[in-house]
Parts: sequence; structure tokens; C-alpha cells
Amino acid sequence: MSDTALANPPTIVPFLKFGADGAPYLEGQQCADCGEIYTTERMACSKCFSRKPFKAVRLPTTGELYTFSIVHRSYPGIKVPFVSATVDLDGACSLKGTLIDVEPDPEHVKTGMKVEVVFRELEHKNKEGRTYVSYFFVPKKG
Amino acid sequence: MSEDVYVLGVDMIKFGRFPHRTIDGLGAEAALLALDDAGLGIKDMQALYLGNVGHVTQFVGQKILQQIGQTGIPVVNCTNACASGATAFREAYLAVKSGEYDLVLAVGAEQMGKGLLGNAGGGDDGIPREGLLGSRLMPALFAEVGMEHSRKYGTKPEHFAKVSVKNHHHSTLNPKAMYQIETPLEDVMGAEMIAYPNTKLMCSVNVDGSAAAVIASAKKARELGMGRAVRVRASALTSDRFTQRDLTLPDFNTCTRDAARIAYEKAGIGPQDINLVELHDCFATAEIVHYENLGLCGEGEAGAFIDSGATWLGGKVPVNVSGGLLSKGHPLGATGIANIYEVATHLRGEAGARQVEGARLGLTHVLGLGQACAVHVLEKV
Repeated sequence: MSDTALANPPTIVPFLKFGADGAPYLEGQQCADCGEIYTTERMACSKCFSRKPFKAVRLPTTGELYTFSIVHRSYPGIKVPFVSATVDLDGACSLKGTLIDVEPDPEHVKTGMKVEVVFRELEHKNKEGRTYVSYFFVPKKG
Repeated sequence: MSEDVYVLGVDMIKFGRFPHRTIDGLGAEAALLALDDAGLGIKDMQALYLGNVGHVTQFVGQKILQQIGQTGIPVVNCTNACASGATAFREAYLAVKSGEYDLVLAVGAEQMGKGLLGNAGGGDDGIPREGLLGSRLMPALFAEVGMEHSRKYGTKPEHFAKVSVKNHHHSTLNPKAMYQIETPLEDVMGAEMIAYPNTKLMCSVNVDGSAAAVIASAKKARELGMGRAVRVRASALTSDRFTQRDLTLPDFNTCTRDAARIAYEKAGIGPQDINLVELHDCFATAEIVHYENLGLCGEGEAGAFIDSGATWLGGKVPVNVSGGLLSKGHPLGATGIANIYEVATHLRGEAGARQVEGARLGLTHVLGLGQACAVHVLEKV
């Protein structure tokens, strides 16, 4: 999937957005007072309680694997094993997701490793037959 | 300053799987056991506090009274995830502490079924989020908390696994535990991997169960006799205050540290004064982090602490001598009161083969994902 040719397909989370050029990105909501960034909307800042309107900001696409688990048993129909990851995005908030493009074992997945956010099409399609897009983490190259 | 509050009667059923019983039937059985233990009847109770998760919209507390005696007393049905039973106990405690009542009943009951807790998170689009956006299943969430500890302090899978060896061993001494089976380290490590580093033997057992406690004012306890009474020295309940990653990776640590600090302050004691602990070992990884959260050992020392044997029966501060959630079982709404039962039984000197000798002060801890953390300190009278 090209990052540039998306005609705003359906997404798996509301904070996955598309720029004017059609490129996907993640959008955070930043507190106007303390600067804390959230991926979900709220009435006031959880941290400093400010009620000033939040500012929409683009989340960075690089970060560090803070912690993880390798899930071997899940619900019927969920492909295992997969790496459940908590990532600290550089200079922003932390984000939960799945780490892919890596062997799902503790020899290859290490806390502190650098990761990137990528956008991939899913196998799921909506009623109009359009393909869903979600975000994933991959090990940072280089 | 209001007067002390006492547990006069407390009991639990043997945890197990009872798919053909009703939730109110399970709760009623524990309620009668606790009333018998106190030498009292339902007619003596001035209020009922019920803890439950799975049936909480079904007036479980009222249905229990329909089974054991409809006296018309106020009933409060509490839900707070895995802290539901402890929340019911605390509400009962507060009601007596306030002076409103002299005798109340707290009951926790749960009918669970088997399988993984949590949900696949499918939205209106029918696409499960599980696996796409990481995992929201309990084994993975608590595994991530364990891996956070590994990251900071080098804690190894063996350290976590030793928790299961210990708690399964303890449960061989507890006839009310779901299982009484020894699990050597190689068995724990070699069991089916559920969510690394938690294997199947490092996950709590989903069981059905119930527990109940009769709580009394000092005046009533003196009147009825203090012979087997246990004093509630402190009750603390917290939720998750803002911390850096709580909204991404539920922060089970901070709310536990807050609750422990409040409980120790209220009791006027420190962790070094505690003789036994029943803490929320929903997964083996959780017990390790809670050693530090509850102040049982220093920061980063939990791995060495389990290695030292300090938390085994006979050690410096035995933890989960009941077998814990890992082997006694974890019927969500009942767990908090079952913990009270375990600690009270030791303080009464009635714990038989697993008795912690000379126990004078004990601590219970539960953690509900969401978050709700309850800590209680109990004292021998």
C-alpha cells in the first residue's frame, strides 16, 4: 500500500487520520495547559484538569518499546502468537499496539528497542467493500 | 475519633465449579456460614453489602435475603471488578464505623465459567481489536507489567514462576482451595505459554465461589464477646490517579502503592509489622510487583525476595498461604472477602497446617482492573 494513494479508507481507530495528500497519520489531542497528549477525547485534562480546548497534533512515527507480552492464547479466530506492545512515542504519549515484522519470541523482542509506526491494510472490508487500515509497530531499520 | 470495627464471623465455601447452582445460592451459603461463625442470625443484621461482577444487575444481595430471610434491611450491590468483594467489605466497615449500624453482613459471590477474561473488543464494524491493537486480555496486561519489572530490574521468568511454585504448594495445605497440587518449577515453566512470561500455571484459576463476613461495632463486639473477634485496623480504597502510561498500560502499581500507604498510615504501622499477606496474585507476574508496591521489600528487590524464601510459609512474611488466586482460585466478587477470611483465620490461630505462627497483623490486597485497589489491615484482638 502506498502511503500517498489512500482515498481515506475506513480505519480501525478514530485517531487514525489522513492528510490532504492522503497519507495516514495518528492524531493526538494535546492539553493547551500542561501539554499532555491523549489519543482519545475527554472533557478535561486527566493530568491537570484544564478545560481549555485540546489542540489536535500529529503523533510522531518513531518510539521505543516500553514493555510487551507475547500472546500465545487468545480468543478463537485470533491469530497467535503475536506481540502485544506498549510503545512510548518519541516526545509524545504512549500507545498500545501490535509489533509485527519480528519473530514473536523473547530473543527478538526486547524492551527498549526502537520501533516505527506503520500503516497497513487489513483483510477486513466494510459494507462498501473498502479495506480497513490500521497502525502497527515494526522494528526501526538501521 | 470513632470506635474500632471488628469482624465477628467470617467464612468461605470451598472454591470450585458449580455451573448448576445459582449465584444467590452460592452467596447465601457463605452468608449462613459467616452468621454461624459469629453465632448470629440474619435477623441480627442491619444491612447487607454484596460484591459481585458477573450478575451485578440482578440484585444478588436481595436474592440472597430471599434465600435466607427477608428482613427488609438495606442492601447495596457493589461492583468494582476484582475488588468488588473488598469494596463490599469496606462499605460494610464504613457503615459501622460511621455509627449508623452495629451489625452488618458483607458477602462476595461469583459464578465464573472457564476461559480467558476480557473481550475481543469488536466494534460496530465487527472487527476484533484483539491481536490488531495488542492484547487487552488479562494474562497479557499483567505480563506486560511483569516485563516492565524485568526491564527495570532484570527480573527473570524463573522469578515469576517461583511465585506459582510457592502458591500451589501453599494450597496443598488449604482444604478450601480449588486445587491441592504441587507444581515444581519445571512444571510451571514448561506449562503451555499463555502470554509470555505467564504460562498456564502462572494464571489464576477461574472458579465459582463465595465468602462472607459479619462486621460489628466495638459496642456490639464487647456485648457479644470478643473471643474470636478480629479488629479492622485500616481500610483503604483507591482508583488510578493520572500517571504517565496508565491510559495505555493500566497502572496497577501506583494505585496499590497509594492504597498501601493510606492503610499503613491509618493503622499507624509499617510493612515490617505485617505477619502475613494475602495479595492479588491474579498472575504470577503480579505478585512480584506487589511485593514492592506493598513495601514488603525494597525497590527492585522482588526477584531476590522470592529467591530468599521470605514469602513462603515459615518465611519472614508469608504471602498467599491460602494458595492465592493462582491455586485457591479467583471468583472475582468473592476474592476480597475470601482474603479477609484467610487472614482472620490466621489471626484467630485456626489455620491448621498452614497456620502462620504468632500472627498478630495481616494485610489483604485486591486489585480490580479499571482500576480499583483495596487494602485492609486486620489485627488479632
